[in-house]
Amino acid sequence: MTDTVSDTQTTELTGPAELEGMGNYRYGWADSDVAGSSARRGLSEEVVRDISAKKDEPEWMLALRLKALKLFGRKPMPNWGSDLTGIDFDNIKYFVRSTEKQATSWDELPADIKSTYDRLGIPEAEKQRLIAGVAAQYESEVVYHQIREDLEEKGVIFVDTDTGLREHEELFKEYFGTVIPVGDNKFASLNTAVWSGGSFIYVPKGVHVDIPLQAYFRINTENMGQFERTLIIADEGSYVHYVEGCTAPIYQSDSLHSAVVEIVVKKNARVRYTTIQNWSNNVYNLVTKRATAAEGATMEWVDGNIGSKVTMKYPAIYLMGEHAKGETLSIAMAGAGQHQDAGAKMVHAAPHTASSIVSKSIARGGGRTSYRGLIQVLEGAHHSASTVRCDALLVDTISRSDTYPYNDIREDDVVMGHEATVSKVSDDQLFYLMSRGMAEDEAMAMIVRGFIEPVARELPMEYALELNRLIELQMEGAVG
Amino acid sequence: MSTLEIRDLHVTVDEADGSTKEILRGVDLTIASGEVHAVMGPNGSGKSTLAYSIAGHPKYTVTGGSVTLDGEDVLAMSVDERARAGMFLAMQYPVEVPGVTVSNFLRTAKTAIDGEAPKLRTWVKDVKQAMDDLKMDPSFAERNVNEHFSGGEKKRHEILQMELLKPKFAILDETDSGLDVDALKVVSEGVNRALANVNPGVLLITHYTRILRYIKPQFVHVFVDGRVAEQGGPELADALEESGYDRFLARA
Repeated sequence: MTDTVSDTQTTELTGPAELEGMGNYRYGWADSDVAGSSARRGLSEEVVRDISAKKDEPEWMLALRLKALKLFGRKPMPNWGSDLTGIDFDNIKYFVRSTEKQATSWDELPADIKSTYDRLGIPEAEKQRLIAGVAAQYESEVVYHQIREDLEEKGVIFVDTDTGLREHEELFKEYFGTVIPVGDNKFASLNTAVWSGGSFIYVPKGVHVDIPLQAYFRINTENMGQFERTLIIADEGSYVHYVEGCTAPIYQSDSLHSAVVEIVVKKNARVRYTTIQNWSNNVYNLVTKRATAAEGATMEWVDGNIGSKVTMKYPAIYLMGEHAKGETLSIAMAGAGQHQDAGAKMVHAAPHTASSIVSKSIARGGGRTSYRGLIQVLEGAHHSASTVRCDALLVDTISRSDTYPYNDIREDDVVMGHEATVSKVSDDQLFYLMSRGMAEDEAMAMIVRGFIEPVARELPMEYALELNRLIELQMEGAVG
Repeated sequence: MSTLEIRDLHVTVDEADGSTKEILRGVDLTIASGEVHAVMGPNGSGKSTLAYSIAGHPKYTVTGGSVTLDGEDVLAMSVDERARAGMFLAMQYPVEVPGVTVSNFLRTAKTAIDGEAPKLRTWVKDVKQAMDDLKMDPSFAERNVNEHFSGGEKKRHEILQMELLKPKFAILDETDSGLDVDALKVVSEGVNRALANVNPGVLLITHYTRILRYIKPQFVHVFVDGRVAEQGGPELADALEESGYDRFLARA
């Protein structure tokens, strides 16, 4: 769905100076920065009050934001994982409003925003009816939002999070901050203080949403932090698949993306959450994602990390009820200057719970991938089972891969499995494919695609295709 | 009509201890379209080195001589360029490519060799027919390349590629090794079909004469100690069947 990118369009919208800095990055163009030019940099109580006032929020939310701001100030920076010293919190815009009101149809969108999404292929996807609704986040506000009528009839709520708070305050208040508390970690506190945008989804009891709900996110302002907040509640026996995708244009200085995603999966419900993030490689991507799964519930994270300078992301599942299941499938690719510190966290808090983690990482061009995972089996969670499989592929000899598996088991009657492999693309594999006519980068891309296939096959079709194209782009010039 | 010419080819490999060892010591061979040349020799004589050197495996260093395809310098080409120029190597130990299905692999290879994607309808039919001819189950197309293949399946898969990619010259590196009689027949029939349909030149590398009952060479070259020790017609193979390689080894 990215084939709509054309050279002529790019030159019209982007000055030569911006073009120079783009390198090979596919989506490395930027629309003119009208919206962000006036926004303030830096964080203070005034900024937080201003955000809340502009959104006309209830008092409890402002109070929560201010509490979060205090906690953010007190919490230490993580002293593990990636190097975060490059983040300058005073040089970030914490709130940018790109359009005054939300558009309700495609035609009402401003022209340059529309062209941005045209190049990302959203209309195509919509035409093909592959997606049930589009919440496209442009800068901090959701500007385009459409939901299929039959979903509305079933009582499914799929709105941006600001609207969720405004129109469904009771429901919102009941769950907001319950899965990831305000003081969970420094970046969750930051997000709670300044959050804007994201998706709010409620699926009523027994309702199956049979096509994926999809949202696109973009950072489009220099030094803009994007702090979207997503809250998904799947009521008993329901099913929903939410798909989130991110791309960002390249700028010269560093950006921060710090989202929070909370998911409540009630009894016998099932939620799948699919992300492929392709942030430009100056973005610090520090995201807290967590779900709770009640009795008989199933939660699945499908998590792809292709872009960003640094990603620290460990989608977590708390298995709270008997026979709850959690699954995380994860792909990470790191090229020059990138560190993908990604993994998963599974907490078994009830008997007969099962978790599975499959992680595939690829490092090339001096990039670094780390798998970091925690399996916790609490006392009383007997007859729990957990399997972890992490495979790393090194494309060359200058890249790096590490595995940090942590296990905290407080119950005897538990089945655990852990397998980890590190492999290198072999001369013989390359020779075999090249002797069948494939150029070296094509052969390399085929090997990498094959390596991640066990995860890629779980992606929606258009996502799998996009991922394949991203891999081909990443492999261009990666060999030699 | 095409000609593959190998002139005075010298090839070395780097040993694990850092030394360099010369494996091919002046090989001369000329193969024309439609001809089958059997290269026979004892283990360690350099037969496989000849195959991989022509295909361009990075492990082997050509230190002298030439390989040309209709006058074009093959040695100056990268591995993929050689394949696109019409060279094919059926490998003795083809590697696994996890996560890549046979059908995806075949289509990608065909597209790379031809420079354009094959017409879907005829391609699907061609693949099905070729697999059927090689007595391969249709489910084979959805398996990962060489992963958990038996020895016989690997060889069939190599010949399947030869039939579908339609090279000008095919080198078969010990395609007969490890095959039982039935599998050997099936694989040989595949080579003979390719010969009849596409008329490639074939360099058939083998240790045993067994496969020559099914694929008839016009020329037989006895390979000893990195060069051709003797050449002749099919009768030379019969002589080898009787007396083995001993007399060549003694002479060398």
